Amino acid sequence: MSEFLQTFLNLQVMAESAGLLLRGLWVTVQACLIVIPAGVLGGAGLALSQTLAPPLAARLLSWGVDLVRAFPPLVLLVLIVHGLPFLGVEPPPLLGVGIALTINTSTYYGEILRAGIVSIERTQWEAARSTGLGTTATLRYVILPQAVRNVLPDLAGNTLEAVKLTSLASVVALPDLLRMARVAQGVHFNPSPLILAAVLYLALLWPLVRLVRRLGGRAVLPA
Amino acid sequence: MRIFFDPEVLAAAWPGIRSGIGVTLALALSSIAAGVALGLVLATIRALLRGAPLRPVGGLIAAYADVFRALPPLVLLVVLYFAAPFAGIELSGFLAAFAALGLVLGASAEEIFWAGITSVNRGQWEAALSTGLSRSAAFRRVVLPQAVRLTIPPLTNRAIATGKNTALASVVAVPEVLNQAASVQAQTASPAPLLLAAGVYVALFLPLVRAGRWLETRFPTR
Repeated sequence: MSEFLQTFLNLQVMAESAGLLLRGLWVTVQACLIVIPAGVLGGAGLALSQTLAPPLAARLLSWGVDLVRAFPPLVLLVLIVHGLPFLGVEPPPLLGVGIALTINTSTYYGEILRAGIVSIERTQWEAARSTGLGTTATLRYVILPQAVRNVLPDLAGNTLEAVKLTSLASVVALPDLLRMARVAQGVHFNPSPLILAAVLYLALLWPLVRLVRRLGGRAVLPA
Repeated sequence: MRIFFDPEVLAAAWPGIRSGIGVTLALALSSIAAGVALGLVLATIRALLRGAPLRPVGGLIAAYADVFRALPPLVLLVVLYFAAPFAGIELSGFLAAFAALGLVLGASAEEIFWAGITSVNRGQWEAALSTGLSRSAAFRRVVLPQAVRLTIPPLTNRAIATGKNTALASVVAVPEVLNQAASVQAQTASPAPLLLAAGVYVALFLPLVRAGRWLETRFPTR
């Protein structure tokens, strides 16, 4: 048992690698701060254009969304981070990761928001318009507030997925929490930093999981 | 533009990627089967023990679902592959990916089945038991068939997500599609293999994503 603890929960190794892991955690937090707001904005843009566009354009847009969703997020990430330089564009790593993950997650936010908008009865539109509100004002003051409230649990659920998604950044050498844990594991030749990183992810995400559950979120989001 | 579709590089990359498709499919199908089975077994145990003195078991199952919902799949995979050998458990990349994807899907599948089971009206249980069916027969023949209907769309979506997550296995050197493409890309310094791999994923998953969307409208869950 003590040998097991020495190997997997080696406090000395954990203490020595804590600094590295905290720096990684900060990069993970930065990635979240880019991806979540940008994803919500992109999703709102997608949902609104699908609501307001003529039917044919809305259908094309839905195919586009599904095309993005057919890519495993890691493939999209590798394609953008390793592909853009061949076009002569070399964004800083955090930005490249931010772009790729935002493209991915905004399609999910978009579908959730669209479902919210669709869930509002037609009569709400008609009532709002009959009071003299324009299309924009109707959306802004009548439809969206109700739509967002209806899908709040799913929005929270997708935010959880978005945070988990940032761990992919380690694959393209962004020094995030998971990457730093691998580095520390290599330095100490001991797996304790990996365990510590897993615990940090749990500490970060467990409250979010509980929150989603309390909101009564669907256990599972679209693929 | 030519560099993105260099025919020579594409020709060189194709055999590896083609063999990668087999590995991707094998990993996807095996972990989906294992994950769904795991979820069904756990939800069944939780349902049959409901209200019984063994209630803590249900709590343990719920905790498992929470933990594996909070952990990013890649973190789990890295822990299984890089930490387990220190305990003397040497998992191949394929096995580690199978275990990680199966455990993650098992957690969501358990929640989906559980949500389906609890949504079946209590009266259905009581009616079934009052006809003389045993608890397990009532569960198997009355409750589960009604619950499964509700689970189809979310379960399909989770299975598709698991299929896409097989790309994570490239990180632990499983020679699936992405891994094959990345190794040719490294040799040729050309983005063409990655684009070819991307095309393969789209061909595999676009029909499934469309089918998942169709199922959601066909069997609305809320």
